[in-house]
Amino acid sequence: MGGVTVQNLQITASNPDPALLDLPWDIPLEQWPAETLAALPRGISRHIVRFVRLSGRVIAIKEIGESVAYREFELLRQLRRLEVPSVVPVGVITGRKDADGERLEAVLITEHLQFSLPYRALFSQALRPDTATRLIDALAVLLVRLHLVGFYWGDVSLSNTLFRRDAETFAAFLVDAETGDLHRELSPGQRSYDLDLARTNIIGELMDLAAGELLDEDVDEVAIGDALVERYNELWEALTVSESFDSNERWRVAARIEQLNTLGFDVGELAITTDIDGTTVQIQPKVVDAGHHSRRLLRLTGLDVQENQARRLLNDLDSFRAAAERQNDDEEFVAHDWLSGVFEPTIQAVPRDLRRKLEPAQLFHEILDHRWFTSERAGRDVPMAEATQSYVDDVLRHRPDEKAILGLAPGETDELFG
Amino acid sequence: MYLIMATVTYDHATRLYPGTERPAVDQLNLHVEDGEFLVLVGPSGCGKSTSLRMLAGLEDVNGGNIYIGDRDVTDVQPKDRDIAMVFQNYALYPHMSVADNMGFALKIAGNPKADIRQRVEEAAKILDLTEYLDRKPKALSGGQRQRVAMGRAIVRQPQVFLMDEPLSNLDAKLRVQTRTQIASLQRRLGVTTVYVTHDQTEALTMGDRIAVLKDGLLQQVGTPRDMYDTPANVFVAGFIGSPAMNLATFSVTDGAAQVGSARIPLERETLAKVTEADKGHVTVGFRPEALDVVGQATESAFPVEVNIVEELGSDAFVYGTLKGELASEAHLTSGAGDNQVIVRIDPRNVPQKGERLYVSIRPGQAHVFSSATGERLS
Repeated sequence: MGGVTVQNLQITASNPDPALLDLPWDIPLEQWPAETLAALPRGISRHIVRFVRLSGRVIAIKEIGESVAYREFELLRQLRRLEVPSVVPVGVITGRKDADGERLEAVLITEHLQFSLPYRALFSQALRPDTATRLIDALAVLLVRLHLVGFYWGDVSLSNTLFRRDAETFAAFLVDAETGDLHRELSPGQRSYDLDLARTNIIGELMDLAAGELLDEDVDEVAIGDALVERYNELWEALTVSESFDSNERWRVAARIEQLNTLGFDVGELAITTDIDGTTVQIQPKVVDAGHHSRRLLRLTGLDVQENQARRLLNDLDSFRAAAERQNDDEEFVAHDWLSGVFEPTIQAVPRDLRRKLEPAQLFHEILDHRWFTSERAGRDVPMAEATQSYVDDVLRHRPDEKAILGLAPGETDELFG
Repeated sequence: MYLIMATVTYDHATRLYPGTERPAVDQLNLHVEDGEFLVLVGPSGCGKSTSLRMLAGLEDVNGGNIYIGDRDVTDVQPKDRDIAMVFQNYALYPHMSVADNMGFALKIAGNPKADIRQRVEEAAKILDLTEYLDRKPKALSGGQRQRVAMGRAIVRQPQVFLMDEPLSNLDAKLRVQTRTQIASLQRRLGVTTVYVTHDQTEALTMGDRIAVLKDGLLQQVGTPRDMYDTPANVFVAGFIGSPAMNLATFSVTDGAAQVGSARIPLERETLAKVTEADKGHVTVGFRPEALDVVGQATESAFPVEVNIVEELGSDAFVYGTLKGELASEAHLTSGAGDNQVIVRIDPRNVPQKGERLYVSIRPGQAHVFSSATGERLS
């Protein structure tokens, strides 16, 4: 252990990486040498958090009380099992002591999410004007998914969330479960309180960006907070509300399922009840699982991507199938040909050093977008290879590297903890 | 500072989780006075957090009612209950001034600027933050940041403060510091407060009154002194106090409780309460400080072999093993484990490990409980 004082570290991890032992656990996290750190930590946290490169990945280390650390570790594991988008817990380390034998706080280690973007970086990158709306949409989906599995977050905020590009939208991931609790089912009181807290926190975070002159002056912080509440309620309603109709309108069962699929959810269980004389039918989704499109794409191609990326890729697969007039062929065979004939060659045509800027599925999505624009401008169907080349030269080269964005927003210093 | 105050009443409040047989909170009856600081304490799974969340509106109430003042809030949405969960969010915003960090929720609610400033200034005065109001959080110490977080709740002027283990994620030093601050602040504000902890020391040092829960059932409510001096049952006796009370089984013979050489005369009323179900036994509790080190020849003295001496400066404790006939019959338990007895000793006269001491229970300082029900008899 690097010749330090004798430590009696207890490492709890599902798959411990021996390289963990080489980190300077005898030093308070706040004083870790710069050469150990991946970059300056950012975001608003009540704890000391640092990022470290370890065996080719980046891990986040948070100093936190021992019992709280174990509790959060276990919660994050349960959330993974429930397939809720959240950070991967790596482990808990306790028994740290400094050179004088003084006890140091326990740490919780999570894996840093590749290609994820903290909101502070996103808001101040001046992406598209509707960035805020798209982030809020993503957070609403995450909150609904968490509530569906019975998770009360307790401190929903943009700081406790990471975002990944998902085609033209974002996908949100939970990164902090410290205040959370898993229940069999949430009561309306729990849901509304969590949502109210989310609204307050988000508006506060945006007001903070505004105070730091990192937010466009036209942005209405309160309206964005209200939009979250609205989006959440719409989605919750669509996923859970019970509807009744005349028994001869049974097509509405299929319509409801299709509506949920369009929203990206599969129906795991649907309760259908009829009244005594059989004239009205009532349906209510009981179990809905997110990831309708990403599951379908995974089954067809083995590609594991986010929901809206999957939707986009599936659309391209459908056009490929139509263009090749292979509607009667087995879908799996067509998908295989699309993968080896379209998707893979496109990604491979991107120079290796530029590929790390975006996830492959996101690259493909952007190339499709680019192809659409160039085709429109040229007034002809630009082939995929040509579109890819033009995308690489005109767009990708000028994009920031998003594989590991850890720094503060441009112009921002680590004021609170620096 | 003008603050509305209110009582809190649990009236047979019950929470039964679907699919479970035993209620998580069973017919809780509890009345918190206006301005009182009440601590709910108990081991993990006792129902203390559930009780608090029922008051907050975060748990359904399956039976009974909950009142804030005269208002039945059993079915009221959390945000309409006029309560504040303190410390649910104490991440501070780096670009905002301390004043804005405290008042931003009021701004969201649309309160007029002048009103917000006034409330923030009043809260800052109480919190000793006045001179920092226009500075950024980075200028504050850890303890001051905690106070800003409290300020967020104070400026909302709720009827009741709720705190659910607010100190559990602080480091040890900040925990003790914040504990004192919360308690003194609550007294200055006089806002009715319900506070949950698993730590009995925290409960004893902070609460006006303490409610001890176990398995969803209220065991006892009282002042810290009540809980310490007259625990209502064996559970409370063993739970409250640090180091924990020693508890042992004694036989009832000739109007006294006796085991081996140890003999405690019992009051007539105590004896009258012993029933057949007790089978001639009582549980006797004696705190480490209720033991005197005496000579071997002293009547009622019993031997203890010293395992460890814990020296705390002003105090010292012996953790020892009972010896002699007592060891097999007394079924003694303490915070240190089975057959272990804890004795407070003179810190200037500390025995060696392995030494044998003779101790006796100081007259009038034994607690006597029914061996059948665990209820207090003395």
